[in-house]
Amino acid sequence: MQEILQVTISGLATGAIYAMVAMGFTLLWQTTSTINFAQGEFVMLPAFLMLGGIVVLDLPLAVAFVGALLISAALLGAAFKRAIIDPMIRHGVLPLAIATIGLTLALKNGVKAIYGAEAHPFPHPFPVEIWRVLGVAFSSYDIAVIASVAAVVFALNRFLNGTMTGRSMQAVAQNPEAAVVLGIDVKRLILYTFVVNAALAAAAALLVTPVYLFKFDLGESLGLKAFYAAIIGGFNQMRGALVGGLIVGVLENLSAVYFAPAYKDAVALGLFVLVILFRPEGLLGREEARRV
Amino acid sequence: MTALLEVAGLARAFGAVRAVGGVDFAVEDGEVFGVIGPNGSGKTTMFNCILGQLRPDAGRVRFGGAEITGARPLALARLGIGRTFQSLQVFGSLSARDNLIAAAQEYVGTLAGRLLAAPDAGLTGRAEALLARLNLAHVADKPAGSLSYGQQKLLDIGMAFMSGARLVFLDEPAAGVNPRIVGEMAAMLRALKAESGATFVVIEHNMDFVMGLCDRVMVMAEGKRIALGTPAEVRADPQVLEAYLGG
Amino acid sequence: MTLPTLSRANVAALAFIVAMTAGLLAAPLFLKTYGVYLLSLWALNTVAAIGLNLTLGYAGQISLGQAAFLGIGAYAVAILMKAGVSFWLGLPAGVLLAFAVGLALGFPALRVQHHYLAFATLGFNALVFLVIRNEEWLTGGNFGIRVARPELLGHSLRSGIDYYHVCLAVLAVTALLVWLLLRSPWGRAFACLRDNPIRAESLGIDVRSYTLLAFAIGAACAGVAGAFLAPLVNFIDPSPFGLVPSIYLLLMVIIGGPGRFFGPFLGAAIVTLLPEWLRVADVWYLVIFGIFVVALMAFCPGGLLAVPEKVAAMRAARRSARGSAAGQAGARP
Repeated sequence: MQEILQVTISGLATGAIYAMVAMGFTLLWQTTSTINFAQGEFVMLPAFLMLGGIVVLDLPLAVAFVGALLISAALLGAAFKRAIIDPMIRHGVLPLAIATIGLTLALKNGVKAIYGAEAHPFPHPFPVEIWRVLGVAFSSYDIAVIASVAAVVFALNRFLNGTMTGRSMQAVAQNPEAAVVLGIDVKRLILYTFVVNAALAAAAALLVTPVYLFKFDLGESLGLKAFYAAIIGGFNQMRGALVGGLIVGVLENLSAVYFAPAYKDAVALGLFVLVILFRPEGLLGREEARRV
Repeated sequence: MTALLEVAGLARAFGAVRAVGGVDFAVEDGEVFGVIGPNGSGKTTMFNCILGQLRPDAGRVRFGGAEITGARPLALARLGIGRTFQSLQVFGSLSARDNLIAAAQEYVGTLAGRLLAAPDAGLTGRAEALLARLNLAHVADKPAGSLSYGQQKLLDIGMAFMSGARLVFLDEPAAGVNPRIVGEMAAMLRALKAESGATFVVIEHNMDFVMGLCDRVMVMAEGKRIALGTPAEVRADPQVLEAYLGG
Repeated sequence: MTLPTLSRANVAALAFIVAMTAGLLAAPLFLKTYGVYLLSLWALNTVAAIGLNLTLGYAGQISLGQAAFLGIGAYAVAILMKAGVSFWLGLPAGVLLAFAVGLALGFPALRVQHHYLAFATLGFNALVFLVIRNEEWLTGGNFGIRVARPELLGHSLRSGIDYYHVCLAVLAVTALLVWLLLRSPWGRAFACLRDNPIRAESLGIDVRSYTLLAFAIGAACAGVAGAFLAPLVNFIDPSPFGLVPSIYLLLMVIIGGPGRFFGPFLGAAIVTLLPEWLRVADVWYLVIFGIFVVALMAFCPGGLLAVPEKVAAMRAARRSARGSAAGQAGARP
């Protein structure tokens, strides 16, 4: 019983990170129908930048993080939208998705060419200790990750629901045409969603890299799982991405311990298949009408 | 004459909006049956409920005496019910001729047999004849997507006839067509009707077009049938005038 | 009345085929063993890409799991040969298995489209990869399986050039069969499926069956390629059947031009052969390749074979712009 609790909590920590990446994914899909195959690399690149700041420039982690966050927001947020999404969006969903595959190749192999294919250690932003409460062992790091993600989600929620800009962003995500009629500056707000996505990915990088170590292919399975999480929860809802991420994280961890460690990576996939076969709109999603 | 299509109590709501609220009518074998009504009166929703694109909440549909309520579009097509959609729906990358062949090839032989069949499934002759009838012979080899709007519209309508359907639903055949050739369109439909012997159900906004083409007309407003009769009867109905002019 | 005439496009295609065949047959005279091996690999990649082009380019169904079918074909042959079965019995078994699994993979496509389908097929590929890697008792896991070259009518195919000729023959037969299929009513039905499935269904086209068939036939082509790949490499392990190889197969189709018959030939050449010529670029090669893909999608999403049309269209647009400008200039008093 205690063990199940332990496994569940560390699963929640992993799932919280999936959820953060998945929420960004959902934002881009809602506003521009972008399927961002490079989402995992959007986590890998800031991790690489932070490591560069720490190793080469001898910066403290906090400063390196802020620097990486800003560069990510500019490069993977604004520049990504202007240089790749804007010119290609009129070609449709597939060419855009293929372009993000091209971007994945370029980013991953660029980092590999510069920094090699080995795994590098990455400093923990929070202390790692084992806490025991009523016979249950917790990792303080897992708790800190869950708390950090909760804080980010809370802040994002306040921003999206509590501010004019945030509410306009939601309006754009739900119905771009109507948003135009309402006099909302849709282009600027779409740009914001890209910046928010890049920032979420950078925050995920800070939390996940110490656990998995830094490697050029860090983002490969992360991006894939974030997508599965988004679908499982419901692709047209931020809440769905959050719930989907947590479910995937917890079930993955449980199956790794109790079922078949070798097939841990298949859990997200299995859930995803069940969801698209029996509830394509996702666990929390709204049904979208079949277009005639 | 016997009823080819019978619709009874057909209803469909979207949330709290009753798009179609219990409609009854019967279409006689061989007639041209018009459906008119203001925008949002539920005409297209009713079509989609009959033709398997939407599930009706209530009601029954019978075709040639057999129940077809809720049947899938494929099954309806196989029964001999053709249709066009409100918006243009041609296969843009195929040539005009291939569009027509595609519209009938699945009625020739078996699925496996068609893998080994001649590329045109023996339909080139019929396609050429229909292309000539539609005045499209000169663009037979062009990709349908590159044709003018009016040409695509004709092709779209032609496709509904290619398989020899007994009952053809036309959703706004004159919409978007240059007003000068609306008359030609009506003449074309009359000719297709005479040649195919098919029964028509036509949704249309253009009053003159409907009145000139149809044997009987049903008027819908707010999801309900408010009148049914010959064009002359309907035109004189005060309720119809109110639905169109009042409001 | 209209007899099939040799149009200019047909003559050009015929000349191209003849020249390509001659070039491919003569190539070993100028190549070392490794070059012949690479060309054999190109031929088999093209076969797999032709299958994906059928699924994606002609029938419009996104599949990111093509390498999994390559793996199914390769492992079926390798496992059966290890058990003492002849290659020539393993081959149809592998192809049938790929066909059947492809049929099963088509079912999600009936429910979902676009991005869902892309990730469903990608996920399927991940699953096949996990099974190949983890089920050591069957597949040898990361240790792989050694595969001998088969014999053909008592003649050993151990020589690289002999096997290269086999690969070319496999390519020729696959290409011919797919070409025949594409010009049959099935090919037209696939195009209808891609252009407008809802309209297709209203015309009696069984969208369900054709979707499943598009997946299954595309998968069977990859099964053929995989079955011949195992003896070519003499050894198989899970690495060529993961997600990254699937992405490369997709890129072969996209770069060449989806829905164009010769697209996979060109795309496979670029993805298979170019890295070898650009060895100088070393680790940066894939960076350049990635940027090239982005640029291609920005300027000509129809692939390289669409570039001539695109250029012609741009020229025509410029000419008409200049023409009207000149007309206005001339109209000035």
